[in-house]
Amino acid sequence: MPAIEILGLEKTYMVGFWRKRPKLALQPLHLTVEEGEIFGFLGPNGAGKTTTLKMLMGLVFPTSGTARILGHEWTDPEVKAQTGFLPEQPYFYDYLTAHELLNYYGQLSGVPGKDRKRRIDEVLQRVGLTDVKGVQLRKFSKGMLQRAGIAQAILHNPKLVFFDEPMSGLDPLGRREVRDLMEQLKQEGKTVFFSTHILSDAEALCDRVAIINKGELRGVGAVEDLTSTVQGKVEVVWQGVQVPASMKALGAECHVTGDTVRAVLPETQQDAAIDALRRERIRLIAITPLRTSLEAYFVEKMQQSQSAAATTVGTTK
Amino acid sequence: MNARIVHIASNTFREAVRDRVLYNLIAFALLISGAAIFVGQISIDIERLVVVNLGLTAVSLFGVVIAIFIGIGLVSKEIDKRTLYTVLSRPVRRWEFIVGKFFGLAGTLIVNTFFMAIGVFAALLYVAHKFTGADTLILIALYFIILEFLIICSLALLFSSFSSPLLSAVFAFSLFVIGCFADDLRGFAALTHGFTRWIATGAAYLVPNFSALNVISAVAHQQPLSGQLIVQNTLYALFYTAMALSGAVLIFERRNLK
Amino acid sequence: MTSIQRTTIVATTCLVVSMTACVLLLRHLDTIRPQAVIEDVLYIDSPKVVKRASLGFEGLAACLYWTRTVQYFGHRHHDLERTYHELAPLLEITTALDPQMFPAYQFGASFLAPMPPNGAGEPERAIQLMEYGIQHNPDNWQLYYNLGFVYYTELKDYKKAGEVFTRGSEIPGAHPFMKLLAAQMAEHAGDFTTARLLWSATFESSSERNIKQNAIEHLRSIQVDEDVTNLQAGVTRFGERTGRLPYSMGELASAEHLPATPVDPDGNAYVLDPDGRVLVEHPDDFPFITKGLPPGYKRTGLPKFHTQS
Repeated sequence: MPAIEILGLEKTYMVGFWRKRPKLALQPLHLTVEEGEIFGFLGPNGAGKTTTLKMLMGLVFPTSGTARILGHEWTDPEVKAQTGFLPEQPYFYDYLTAHELLNYYGQLSGVPGKDRKRRIDEVLQRVGLTDVKGVQLRKFSKGMLQRAGIAQAILHNPKLVFFDEPMSGLDPLGRREVRDLMEQLKQEGKTVFFSTHILSDAEALCDRVAIINKGELRGVGAVEDLTSTVQGKVEVVWQGVQVPASMKALGAECHVTGDTVRAVLPETQQDAAIDALRRERIRLIAITPLRTSLEAYFVEKMQQSQSAAATTVGTTK
Repeated sequence: MNARIVHIASNTFREAVRDRVLYNLIAFALLISGAAIFVGQISIDIERLVVVNLGLTAVSLFGVVIAIFIGIGLVSKEIDKRTLYTVLSRPVRRWEFIVGKFFGLAGTLIVNTFFMAIGVFAALLYVAHKFTGADTLILIALYFIILEFLIICSLALLFSSFSSPLLSAVFAFSLFVIGCFADDLRGFAALTHGFTRWIATGAAYLVPNFSALNVISAVAHQQPLSGQLIVQNTLYALFYTAMALSGAVLIFERRNLK
Repeated sequence: MTSIQRTTIVATTCLVVSMTACVLLLRHLDTIRPQAVIEDVLYIDSPKVVKRASLGFEGLAACLYWTRTVQYFGHRHHDLERTYHELAPLLEITTALDPQMFPAYQFGASFLAPMPPNGAGEPERAIQLMEYGIQHNPDNWQLYYNLGFVYYTELKDYKKAGEVFTRGSEIPGAHPFMKLLAAQMAEHAGDFTTARLLWSATFESSSERNIKQNAIEHLRSIQVDEDVTNLQAGVTRFGERTGRLPYSMGELASAEHLPATPVDPDGNAYVLDPDGRVLVEHPDDFPFITKGLPPGYKRTGLPKFHTQS
């Protein structure tokens, strides 16, 4: 059973003084997320990621479409006992301490009294807030608030966790910790759905990603598949500063860095390149198959959509 | 379901207390003790009258101000500050949220009134040197004041569910003032004709009737209050509160959170 | 059914039921507390205090008190109460808050001065009220009219009434009948014509329902008084001519060459009793008549506006 099935969720806002102008925030979205995977929802700011998440959480009502979460209707309140949500830049009741906040949320999530205390301590330790559990949230730094947010999202041991920009505002250490946490959650068999515009995180963590821009889904797929090259390229590194003519003939792009040269050529020319270097008695240091980075895929999808948008504009005008 | 409402209510109460709302009791205490001491010096026969009138009016007004100022932010503040996201992402129904907030605010006011009542009785004892049987009427007046608070809380919550704090404050205060003159509004309505009469009468009935709940002057003059009045006022307050809360639920259920 | 739909149905039902219950309860509450309303109304009965309490919004407060005054009088009149103790303070407060509230003065002239059950029975306070009004509105001729009205109708002080009407007639823009009334006071104060003139003037110059009703009742009563006086004089003439009383009203009517059997304003024929007195058939329908009442007739003491305009 898929963890999340988004079936055509769409959101149009009415803007303008008289609320008559429609503004499309999200075009009908169809997406499936399997259980036990880490799924990345990527897109620039304003793409519709947060809108999608808010709709799944029941905070915003879709103009049309439905969704199923863990097999239930997404509006079913009981389903929320199984899901956790970390909103973007979370803000909590600042007059409560971390412990009180988690206790309150635990009560609302229906965690029974005896388990609650234990879970709270566990979770606080996991996010590294044990020392400050008696401090009022209004004194927390941004990073600490983010951790508190993660704590409340996993407190009730949900099967599915939604994170909206979980790394925002964190320093590199904090980001590393969050990444580790998400890995751990996956190990525990949970499904993680998170949105971000930081591609390196997505590349490192996700099993599958979806790319969205201007309310429209641009691409979906497993990270491995998206970043493996169809037209493969290899990077050849050799000692020295010369670029043999034969290499140039193979169409290599060469960069001299210090006392090594890096050249990028098509995979098919790999053997020819090795022969060329041997003939010239140049010392080969490394040959590495190059993968298209997620960034490149991302940019490509963005550009595609821009030109698609341009042609659309051209035709509708 | 009920447990969640209780938790939301107690959290709302906790928030009010930590917002130092109960410090208003200090101002009240100063006012009432000042009045008691002052009154003892300036007049002989009407000390009781002054203390009861002033005390109960102050309880009423302080409470209304608190009810409005906390009530208007109950929902809108949570939406603005987005503290609502993590609450509604849990198995909490939106209507439970509204009802819980209401009970939290009402509870705060009842606690507040309890302490103020002690103050009023203390001041009364000071000026009159003893309690009479008629002083139990003061308890009834206080009970009616609490009924007033229930109505005001529900109205403030209603406005908070769709309007900004500033507008909500204006609406809530206006309705309070108009409600105090509800009888006159019905008198006005009776003098009009035709379509205007329909509208005016409708408005006059919809406005909360605080004049019915205000028995301060009667109690100050130690006039008896009928049991029927108590029962009917209780029912009226409960139904009115239910009406306003239903409205709040209907609005909030449909609201897209920003 | 989704949970939103369920909640909507429950909440809407609750809303409708509560609203209905509230309206019904309010109506019920009204029956329990009518006195409380009036008592509250006059909890502050000092105009000065009310003025200060209205925080400068005196105009609005004046409107409020005027409404209350009319409601107060209307309720008590309708409920056949005999006294109007709060009427004077209510009017005093209203005019203290707004000295230009002219309907209040007219109301006071009509209902403060007459004796219970038709009024509050406080003609001196009525006069004070009018004079207060005149003091604050020296250019208003109608206030002089109201004052003269009180002197004429209740105090029967025709000399004073004449003086007041004269003063009033001298104000630029005064209605011509002021001079007329002033003149009538001197010689013909007790005449039916004068009384009719006065009450017609009151009827015309007010748009307030109670005042108009009152004026109509007085005009009807004047008609009856006049008719009875004339008919009684006819009986006397008949007696002088024939040496006996007429056997019936019909005989009297033909003797006086009247076109038809004389009837009162309600269309009921006047009655000739065995002692030769001309009587009205239903004296209760004419609260203000002074003639045509059966001997030993006691007024029930209830205020009554017989006709409803």
